[in-house]
Amino acid sequence: MTEIFGIPIQAFMGQLMLGLVNGSFYAMLSLGLAVIFGMLNIINFAHGALYMAGAMLAWMGLNYFGIGYWWSLLLAPLGVGVIGIFIERSMLQWLYKLDHLYGLLLTFGLALILEGLFRDLYGVSGLPYSIPEEFAGAYNLGFMFLPKYRAWVILASLLVCFATWFVIEKTRLGAYLRAATENPKLTQAFGINVPLMVMLTYGFGVALAGFAGVLAAPAMQISPLMGSNLIIVVFAVVVIGGMGSILGSIVTGLGLGVIEGLTKVFYPEASSTVVFIIMAIVLLVRPAGLFGREK
Amino acid sequence: MKRKLIGALVGAAVVSLAAGQAFAQKGAAKLSGDMVKIGVLTDMSGVYSDLGGQGSVTAAQMAIDDFKAQAKPSWKIELVYADHQNKADVGSNKAREWYDTQGVDMITDALNSAVALAVSKVTLEKKRILLDTGAASTRLTNEDCSPNTVHYVYDTYALANGPGKAVTKQGKDSWYFLTADYAFGHSLEKDTMDAVKANGGKVIGAVRHPLNASDFSSFLLQAQASKAKVVGLANAGGDTINSIKAANEFGLTKTQTIVGLLTTIIDIHALGLPTTQGMMFTEGFYWNLNNETREWSRKFFGKHKKMPSMLHAGTYSAVMTYLKAVQATGTDEADAVMKHLKATTINDMFAKGGKIREDGRMVHDMYLVEVKKPAESKEPWDYYNIKAVIPGSEAFQPMSLSRCPLVKK
Repeated sequence: MTEIFGIPIQAFMGQLMLGLVNGSFYAMLSLGLAVIFGMLNIINFAHGALYMAGAMLAWMGLNYFGIGYWWSLLLAPLGVGVIGIFIERSMLQWLYKLDHLYGLLLTFGLALILEGLFRDLYGVSGLPYSIPEEFAGAYNLGFMFLPKYRAWVILASLLVCFATWFVIEKTRLGAYLRAATENPKLTQAFGINVPLMVMLTYGFGVALAGFAGVLAAPAMQISPLMGSNLIIVVFAVVVIGGMGSILGSIVTGLGLGVIEGLTKVFYPEASSTVVFIIMAIVLLVRPAGLFGREK
Repeated sequence: MKRKLIGALVGAAVVSLAAGQAFAQKGAAKLSGDMVKIGVLTDMSGVYSDLGGQGSVTAAQMAIDDFKAQAKPSWKIELVYADHQNKADVGSNKAREWYDTQGVDMITDALNSAVALAVSKVTLEKKRILLDTGAASTRLTNEDCSPNTVHYVYDTYALANGPGKAVTKQGKDSWYFLTADYAFGHSLEKDTMDAVKANGGKVIGAVRHPLNASDFSSFLLQAQASKAKVVGLANAGGDTINSIKAANEFGLTKTQTIVGLLTTIIDIHALGLPTTQGMMFTEGFYWNLNNETREWSRKFFGKHKKMPSMLHAGTYSAVMTYLKAVQATGTDEADAVMKHLKATTINDMFAKGGKIREDGRMVHDMYLVEVKKPAESKEPWDYYNIKAVIPGSEAFQPMSLSRCPLVKK
């Protein structure tokens, strides 16, 4: 059997694939963070909690109202988006002119409150959410046994990431958004409703987190702590990709997922730290991140 | 919030004392602070809070209420609780504060081995009592044993031995381990490996994963590639839950047997029977065992809205046993109470013929359980078939292997 670094090529390919699945989650979450940071200058620490809220909403929809997976995929992100808009209107909008630290502290506090709320309601062991019937079973790829659901996760996240990138970089709406980021006063003078755009951007950014949450629900146990376990890694991804860079966060998210996956084979003990080692190196060499522009 | 509540409790205690409620009754016990004070030190908000947490507080309160109703003591009993956040320093500081300034006589629960070891040291120093119902490490009754500590419910030896022996003897004799990369995981892995080898099995390999890993599919793929007949999960809480979930998704459950080494009814409830059916592991308590356990557990369910874990049942039993000992000896002085405890045979809904050994190990029967198929389950929480009752003498590490300096050989 062919081997790569002493590991059978089949196992190697399998781990690459799994890395890509995890990378998809990183990409979607870091994309939302990048959009929010890029447009609002807010370091959104509540992102992990809102990802968890997306998964929770899917579970509640199924168990209290009989809403299935596909509708949840649409409705839960909408719900999270509405929560986001409420947060932006009632609290965040007063912080844009202040130091980053205030936004960070506020959203961190919100994350703790949200997590505490769900922990109080459902405990920490989490809730089961079964894989939708369409995706039961697995593909035999020859080199590995890939559950259909994981394949769908990769596909869905790539679609969402591409659509977001396309809207922001290639459409008129995206151009307005970028202009509003660059110079809000001037953009407003051209008759564009900047506060509305900012509000919708935050809503959209957290809806992405909610979407990732629903995608994660069948694959992982839904628990109040699922967001906080992930969010630190996602922040590292954003920093490596370059704060506020859309393409950067997508590419780095997928890339780091793969690197982390391979670490799990070669030296599993380091798999939770490898991302941070890379972050330190990148910051030393390119302080603005791989895809970031220095201001 | 919690701190406020404790503050309120302490405040109430001070007021009631100041009001001059002297204990002049006949035959009144010689008690420090004229009362017995019990502290539940547990994880109230982290990964283990469903295992212990508020449920342990509820169980301790039930024991106090039941004791008051049965024995009608002339002295007062108070309960305090705190969150140790799974941090050894927070736990030992809290214990010190309780012993020094609040007159706590006995601490219970103390889940998380690191916290338990730290609190056990403080307890010895302050000459009080620790009835540990939550921690797993066998160090508590070996290298770090203490005359003031009782390890009440389970330990890694008991968890490892049941499935290690039973599963290997079924012919599933090659094992691969998925191990949480910290003291508890290593200890559970080692104890199970020993049990497997002692019963003629072999260990093919192990992969160490970080605590609270977000995704286990990669580790499980390695376990799958190992072609071992059994995959042992030497981890706990959320890590076990996510490992089992991923094992199902990747089809491991079809070809290999998954053994959760520290799995409790809380995990099974969180995952559901379709995912967990057929799993085998060791439990210290099951609510649906007999009339006595059912009656107590339903009462617990009425208050907590969940069936008890072995930690909850153990905490009830420990508090009740302790209070009976205080009544019998007429004092809350640790040495006297401990002497009485070690001479007592514990018979209640948790333990039958339970004995506390010299090294602090409470020896009682454990149960090897198998998770029911969804069709077999007749009601909510009806999850286990009891495959074997492991007598205490076999379940726990024999005294001949003890590394505890207190044990005279």
